[in-house]
Amino acid sequence: MRRNAVAVVGAAETTDLGKIENLSQIGLHADAALNAMADCGLRPKDIDGIATAGQTPVELAHYLGITPTWVDGTAVGGCSFMIHVRHAAAAIEAGLAKTILITHGESGRSRIGNPPRRVDPQSLNGQFEQPFGPMGPPSMFTIPVLRYMKRYGVTEEQIAQVSVVQREWAAMHPRATFRTPITTEDVLNSRMIAWPFRLLMCCLVTDGGGALILTSAERAKDFKTKPVYILGTGESAETPMVSQMEDFTSSRAFRVAGPTAFQQAGISTNDVDHLMIYDAFAHLPIYGLEDLGFVPRGEAAAFIAARNTAPGGKLPMNTNGGGLSYMHSGMYGMYALQESVRQMRGTSPAQIDGAKISVCHGVGGMFAASGTIIFSNQTPADFW
Amino acid sequence: MAEPGRALPAPTPETQHFWDGTKVHELRLQRCDSCGKNYFPPRPFCATCGSRSVSVFKASGKAVLWSYVIHHRPVPGFTPPYAIAVVQLAEGPRMMTNIVECPQTPEALQLDMELEVVFEEQNDKITLPLFRPAKG
Repeated sequence: MRRNAVAVVGAAETTDLGKIENLSQIGLHADAALNAMADCGLRPKDIDGIATAGQTPVELAHYLGITPTWVDGTAVGGCSFMIHVRHAAAAIEAGLAKTILITHGESGRSRIGNPPRRVDPQSLNGQFEQPFGPMGPPSMFTIPVLRYMKRYGVTEEQIAQVSVVQREWAAMHPRATFRTPITTEDVLNSRMIAWPFRLLMCCLVTDGGGALILTSAERAKDFKTKPVYILGTGESAETPMVSQMEDFTSSRAFRVAGPTAFQQAGISTNDVDHLMIYDAFAHLPIYGLEDLGFVPRGEAAAFIAARNTAPGGKLPMNTNGGGLSYMHSGMYGMYALQESVRQMRGTSPAQIDGAKISVCHGVGGMFAASGTIIFSNQTPADFW
Repeated sequence: MAEPGRALPAPTPETQHFWDGTKVHELRLQRCDSCGKNYFPPRPFCATCGSRSVSVFKASGKAVLWSYVIHHRPVPGFTPPYAIAVVQLAEGPRMMTNIVECPQTPEALQLDMELEVVFEEQNDKITLPLFRPAKG
């Protein structure tokens, strides 16, 4: 199918990452949005589409002074921003908007202007999960993993390797929260959170934000920034209750979103130079590598432990250090997208030389939803 | 027996039969009259075939341990470390629960071990279904 290509022309994170006590959550959205506009030389009046999660697109349109012809408030957790990219690309192709801004901001650590999370006791989660003592993602997202470990004979040491390898990437990023190298022993000796998960297998909790600006590939040529084209996209949803996943060793949402994006892009996993897989916890890259078809079932942990995704490996993955080491505000997806864009622009502090295709795969909730974006710095005509 | 302070469910019209069941020590599931699928959590239709023709039935209460974590952080109503588990019921569906009458250790909590339901009253409205190692 012949399509009109869409490109990212503006991309930026918040001025600071980590602990930000001088901005509320909407302020983090705005700081990132203004940085992304400055990145590509636009002002609010130039934006005619807005998508966001965490805040409503109405709040952001008003706060930033935007009059949109298209809004998207898809809020399905940390992969919302991948899905916004997908929806924005479709909207630009369909002529619903010309220049779309996607914002993320989250005061995850300082919790300024970030309402407390509460599970409604009348919801299905509130009735059939919350009474059994979970406290947020560390005690929920991790529940399926023992079944995976038993089925494939995967060890705690192998899962710890995910954290070790990603810290090596983080060490190259001046803005990463944790940059000091760690060993498998460090991970296995860190504080127990929810066995088999220890502190260093769990993401950070920080403040920050990011924003992207998309327009048609044709118009992208008018911008000073190097266009990063969108080759393929996918999205899906499975269940708000981790206990109700169809298969505890694989995510159905991943298995729908990933292949949809590859099919649209017209590429295979062998064509991928750079990969981001949302890592709120150390098992997520393992599930993602298998569900996206990079590695056969049950082999992803050994694949990572063998340094295939480490610096110098054949499949560089989570080159910012990921949610485990770079930053994690709560909905991490935007930071994975930012690193994919940096890699395609050739500006990452952990740059992969010659990288032409980057896959960015996100999760929302606890295996609840998923979004996959395939970027390239080559024009889509080369692939479609 | 009640562990004060834990989060408690608030039943809705679509789930009331389940909580009425636990109160009288019955684990109630639903079955589609059209396609035969047993399912949980409760809803007044079948998510496999879309039929509104569904029945409530009393499950056996037998299950196996499907997966879990042992939580080490404090949560109201719980004394860490404690397991947050998912069990697979003999009838097919899975549900989150706690494992009782069993040490909360990786050694004692083996995946696929056989379990049986027990009912723990929280107040005059809510009784929770928990599971313990099967007693033959």
